[in-house]
Amino acid sequence: MVGQILFIIVAAITLLMALGTVVARNLFHAALFLVGVFFGIAVLFIMLEAEFLGAAQIIIYIGAIATLIVFAIMLSKNVMGKEAGAYNRQWYLAMGGVVFFFLLMGWLLIQMPFAQVSAEVPADAISQIGQGFVGHFVVPFEVASVLLLVALVGAIMLARERNS
Amino acid sequence: MTVPLTWYLIFATALFSIGFFAVLARRNAIAVLMGVELMLNAVNVNLVAFWRYLTPEDLSGQIFVVFVFAVAAAEAAVGLALMISIYRTRKTINVDEINELRL
Repeated sequence: MVGQILFIIVAAITLLMALGTVVARNLFHAALFLVGVFFGIAVLFIMLEAEFLGAAQIIIYIGAIATLIVFAIMLSKNVMGKEAGAYNRQWYLAMGGVVFFFLLMGWLLIQMPFAQVSAEVPADAISQIGQGFVGHFVVPFEVASVLLLVALVGAIMLARERNS
Repeated sequence: MTVPLTWYLIFATALFSIGFFAVLARRNAIAVLMGVELMLNAVNVNLVAFWRYLTPEDLSGQIFVVFVFAVAAAEAAVGLALMISIYRTRKTINVDEINELRL
């Protein structure tokens, strides 16, 4: 019961923050709302007993990606006229499509029977994740590291000054 | 374990829908990238919820979420570098005006 109330509070705050991200005219405010969403999702991960992912969510998303977004906003400041509006001309079509998508998915999810099990999380879950990275999932792990290296080099190449 | 799995899934669907709306309707390209981040986070919530409620003894669900983290970080880095590059050459990051495949 306590868990349900906690979930409703955290989910409501996170969804309000997400709406703030989409609605905010000022991009910097949108980025701050986005940090709130990331934090709420980290809380949900910890409620789902995935403590490692909760910590990783805070370190990677709030520590790195949100900072990156704030930097990009600072480097491209004052480009959007306030009077031009935050949304394009098809925004009502997008709104209708998204609401339809949400209602359809919600209807399907409520009807869907899931084969839930009541097993406990293993006590050595974090060490099992680490062994998974160097065991069964070693090839995707190495590919992900190469992907990050390529993204690093590519981001530097794209963002540097052309004629300096 | 008192929270039903369906609540998590509906929460993730709502978050995905909000991010999807940002991708479809916002005019600023950085706001579009923020919508993509919201959608990736919604998928992560789905993966962790399915892992916890359906196969808690098999940690593959959490490992997949870590891969989504890596791809999201790469996407944000390259996407934001592209925005800065486009802003330098075009002086705009309005996605309505970036519609030519040349300088």
